[in-house]
Amino acid sequence: MAQMNNQRRADLVIIGGGPAGMAAAVAAYEKGLRDILILERDDALGGILRQCIHNGFGLHRFGEELTGPEYAARYEKQVKEYGIPFMLNTMVIDVDESKVVTAMNRECGIFKIEAKAIILAMGCRERPKGALNIAGSRPAGIYTAGTAQKFVNMKGLMPGREVLILGSGDIGLIMARRMTLEGAKVKAVCELMPYSGGLARNIEQCLNDFGIPLYLSHTVVEIHGKERLTGVTIAKVDEMRRPIPETREFISCDTLLLSCGLIPENELTKSAGISLDRITGGAVVDGERECEIPGIFACGNVLHVHDLVDYVSEEAVIAGEAAVKYINGEKSHGMALNLVTDGKIRYTVPQRITSAEKTKVYFRVANVYRDVKIVVKDGERVILEKKKQKVAPGEMETVILTADMLSACETNATISFSLEEVRK
Amino acid sequence: MANERKLTCIVCPKGCDLTVEFDDAGAIKNISGYTCPRGKDYAYAECTAPVRTVTSTVRCEDGEVVAVKTATPIPKSMIFEVMAAINAVTAPNDVKIGDVIIADVCGTGANVVITANR
Repeated sequence: MAQMNNQRRADLVIIGGGPAGMAAAVAAYEKGLRDILILERDDALGGILRQCIHNGFGLHRFGEELTGPEYAARYEKQVKEYGIPFMLNTMVIDVDESKVVTAMNRECGIFKIEAKAIILAMGCRERPKGALNIAGSRPAGIYTAGTAQKFVNMKGLMPGREVLILGSGDIGLIMARRMTLEGAKVKAVCELMPYSGGLARNIEQCLNDFGIPLYLSHTVVEIHGKERLTGVTIAKVDEMRRPIPETREFISCDTLLLSCGLIPENELTKSAGISLDRITGGAVVDGERECEIPGIFACGNVLHVHDLVDYVSEEAVIAGEAAVKYINGEKSHGMALNLVTDGKIRYTVPQRITSAEKTKVYFRVANVYRDVKIVVKDGERVILEKKKQKVAPGEMETVILTADMLSACETNATISFSLEEVRK
Repeated sequence: MANERKLTCIVCPKGCDLTVEFDDAGAIKNISGYTCPRGKDYAYAECTAPVRTVTSTVRCEDGEVVAVKTATPIPKSMIFEVMAAINAVTAPNDVKIGDVIIADVCGTGANVVITANR
């Protein structure tokens, strides 16, 4: 094939064709933009939803319960009906601060695209086994929960028969059920923290339904086996998360699945020189999901890890519409509000607000707290209070700051988010 | 003392804490803790005839797998029976979302449908 033009232009380049990238593209198209290009490294659109065959997606977005592939298919259909161009099997290798995207694929080799605006929608990846520092040998049979999910749901292959799961993230819980349905014996799920990292409904329907025990404040301290995993030693941990030697217990298994957290995949963001939030691992953004570099936006799990794809789509719409505003020279930067947190609230997205438009602020808390109120202040002035019976790290919270609330703030105020006890 | 059962609602990711109270005869007396009508219905069903949607994959003629679900929930007690039925069928290669691959699986009244395009 002849060398294609290796210097291209596009108004909007979207990196990633998962739920965030597709929803951003559709939103930008619906705001009148036509020159859009989605770049996707996999061989189909859909991202991680393709392997998430369980149901529970779309209750907020579509008012019905869909599986992952069904949810993805709705957006894919929209992208195709609108005729939004996308390139598959295409890996982006660089983004620079002047908004030149360097990508490559088999047909075109390496090529550059000059973009007016870029949306980063690369998603996240799982914390790998190497990052966990577990003692013992390195036999076969140890996978991240997402890898096992791809094997079972997309390749039709079972990674093993007797399974222990470390980490109670949602993918680990979903895989506990999935492996059980396919005939494996899931011995237990061990969670280092004293609370689960996954949604309450997944503990119920993925573990309790099948009598799979969840050991809180437990971790894997040793891996056994030479060629293939033969078992693990687990132990209870103290409040400092140190294993208690007297509680060591051997559990035989041929498979260890790791569901120990997700990390936004921001190599390209870093290469563009955009600084990341230490807590979220994603870019620092304003209310319209614009990064420090004007015209570069981020949305979905690349920005912060979401519990629900519905919220990813919602955020992607914000980014998609804002990118169109930016391209049309209509994006305002009238304010520079800084959002700060008290530690009980770990982070907020956005971290900055640059226009006095209604803004939904997403955040996560550091621990399980009961009977609390979320307090938002401008200096000493309370802007908003919201009572909550219970908040937990595994469940993302939101508050809405109205245009009126924001207009009442100084243009460069610091807005604090804190969690206070409610006296009964 | 009234008998009660605590449940976590699984209808949506909110996961409300539900309490179902029973009278001495074991009949449901009161349901509380729900924040939407679906939560109340879930609590009622969970204490009388619990149901679940089953999602899985079926093998296609070319050896690849494709995702499926029960289009409506099936009795919780029949999950493994339904799984056996799902694992016993082979799908054509050109299936699309919504295609029925097993009608009225195991007499539950639920169809098993394809949930991914190939």
